[in-house]
Amino acid sequence: MRAALVLRAGPVSLRLSFRSLVVSVLLAAAVVALTLWAFTLGSYQVSMSEVVAALTGQTGGSVRRVVVEWRGPRVIGAVVFGAALGVSGAIFQSLTRNPLGSPDVIGFNTGSFAGVVAVMLIGGTGYLATAAGAVVGGLATAMAVYLLAFRRGVQGFRLIVVGIALNALLGSLTTWFSVKVDLDVALRAAVWGAGTLTTVTWTSVAISAGVFAVVAVFLPLAQRRMRHLDLGDDTAAALGLSVEPTKLALIVLGVVATALVTAACGPIAFLALVAPQIARRLLGKGASVDLAASALVGALLLLVADVVAQHAFTGLILPVGAVTVCVGGAYLVWLLAVESRRG
Amino acid sequence: MSATDLRRPPARTPPGTPRRLWTLLLALALLGAVTVLSVAVGSGMLPPATVWQAVTASDGSAVHATVVDLRVPRTLLGIAVGAALGVAGALIQALTRNPLADPGVLGVNAGAGFAVALAVAVLGVTRIEQYLWFAFAGAVAATVVVYAIAAQGHRAPSPLRLTLVGVAFGAVLTGVAQTLALTDPRTFDRMRFWGAGTITDRPQGTLSTILPWLLLGLLVAALCAHPLNAIALGEDHARAVGALVAPTRIAVVLAVTLLCGAATAAAGPIAFVGLMVPHAVRWLTGPDQRWIIGVSAVAGSVLLLSSDVIGRLVVVPAELQVGIVTAFVGAPMLIVLARRTRARAL
Repeated sequence: MRAALVLRAGPVSLRLSFRSLVVSVLLAAAVVALTLWAFTLGSYQVSMSEVVAALTGQTGGSVRRVVVEWRGPRVIGAVVFGAALGVSGAIFQSLTRNPLGSPDVIGFNTGSFAGVVAVMLIGGTGYLATAAGAVVGGLATAMAVYLLAFRRGVQGFRLIVVGIALNALLGSLTTWFSVKVDLDVALRAAVWGAGTLTTVTWTSVAISAGVFAVVAVFLPLAQRRMRHLDLGDDTAAALGLSVEPTKLALIVLGVVATALVTAACGPIAFLALVAPQIARRLLGKGASVDLAASALVGALLLLVADVVAQHAFTGLILPVGAVTVCVGGAYLVWLLAVESRRG
Repeated sequence: MSATDLRRPPARTPPGTPRRLWTLLLALALLGAVTVLSVAVGSGMLPPATVWQAVTASDGSAVHATVVDLRVPRTLLGIAVGAALGVAGALIQALTRNPLADPGVLGVNAGAGFAVALAVAVLGVTRIEQYLWFAFAGAVAATVVVYAIAAQGHRAPSPLRLTLVGVAFGAVLTGVAQTLALTDPRTFDRMRFWGAGTITDRPQGTLSTILPWLLLGLLVAALCAHPLNAIALGEDHARAVGALVAPTRIAVVLAVTLLCGAATAAAGPIAFVGLMVPHAVRWLTGPDQRWIIGVSAVAGSVLLLSSDVIGRLVVVPAELQVGIVTAFVGAPMLIVLARRTRARAL
């Protein structure tokens, strides 16, 4: 057994491995440090102490406006959305028992993109219309994937293949849309489709954070169930878990976590895929899924990606999804190469 | 992890030669029919007599010009691209022993798309004739990289790993290509039309540019058919009966690259033709690769041309790009297959 800390309070006990505790604390510290640093970046120079002062309400004026009003939603949004993506990625990878299992793969993102495109087609604009299109499109697609893949239970591989098929179908719909409409509309849709934090406001961050808080309440329970499911469907059933309802509940949690991100800033690619993988490597060999670590890694990654997207290229602000797709994609390819060599 | 299970129920006996011959003849007859349709059907419906006149003795009128300059090249390109994709699909499914494999799986389409985006965004390429070479180079490069990543030491990559790496690498390339397109509206504008997958409005000489590569690919495919039959028995058995497993694999990948690269360069990414055609064909001809590959070439053309004709009819007076039609036909089929095959793990 690895070193562990066991907390007991009456009938409730919590077992924490020391390594996961240390990793989580370090990750959390990194997230906080990076958040503060992200506030200082930009054309208007703000020092770290001014940032802290502005956030705690000790200064007003232009510094406060820059930090809280302009940079605030984007930086805090990156943390919340990154964490949500990390969680949903961990859930989907555990469900499909496959590192490729992520909301990108099961068609959620394409679905929400198609939903938003449909909204744009009927002339809807603004956060609420976009969010509604994204959530409805994404949920409908995820549901379709789940139902089409359901056949005496949901099996990971089938989920992925059905997801690929629906992805292609909806992808061709959005392609058609992009060919049909004017260039500026097509471009606007494509920027949203890549995932961007520029449109994020305090309203959308607050709504997303509220939804994520609700999801977070269920996560400790979800984590226990996922560890049972990791043993295999049969063993989990033998341990007294009702397998299919649990899977459905987990899918709902994962989908909600993705939906809140997509509604606010579009589908951000590969983050949900990469964050749980990095978390698992940090926690060491044989570590089971760890939702907290995945969430922290996700937040960290999205923060870094957004800093890069905004400030790395002078005169060019990329959508953050463009950065995650390059970095996450490169990581994925490297991962596959390493595993190939290992045989 | 077991590979995807392809075994058929043992009770079924393979069809005899007469049946396979009939299948081939049927496919050829269908090809003739859709060829005529493809020339006759469109925003202006033409009677067969006019079409015949235009082809045999064009008088230079607008109607005849439509046929000779637009519809005939479009139809010929459709036949070529369809045959290439059908054969490429048959080869990939035989090689990976995976009934869900599709040329898109090896990242070929994504590689071509990435190279085109790169050419347009960075080099400022504007003429569509030049896309062709970039798309081709991209397809080749992507296949080589996927193969190299998936290769385990000195051994050839397992079908499973090839599929996994292909899907992942393809997703990465597509994402990066989109990013490139987003940095510059001009690039985006050009990419969105290429990316839909269409055999219309191609520049003159598209077919003649890709034809040599395509024929070479078909030739290599024909040579691989026999050894692929042996490989279908499993690698060890294939070696035991004297098949050259590793060279055959490399030759198959080469043929797939040539065929898909040429097809994608000419028509843009077209999904699912390579998935659907070999499936339907295998169902009719049985497991002999020589027949599957041969009939797939004809059936691929039939599917592509008929999809193109459908695309001209459903949203009159506009047109649906053929790649969109094939996605709509192919995706449901993939779902049916995923539900039916005893595919256990990827």
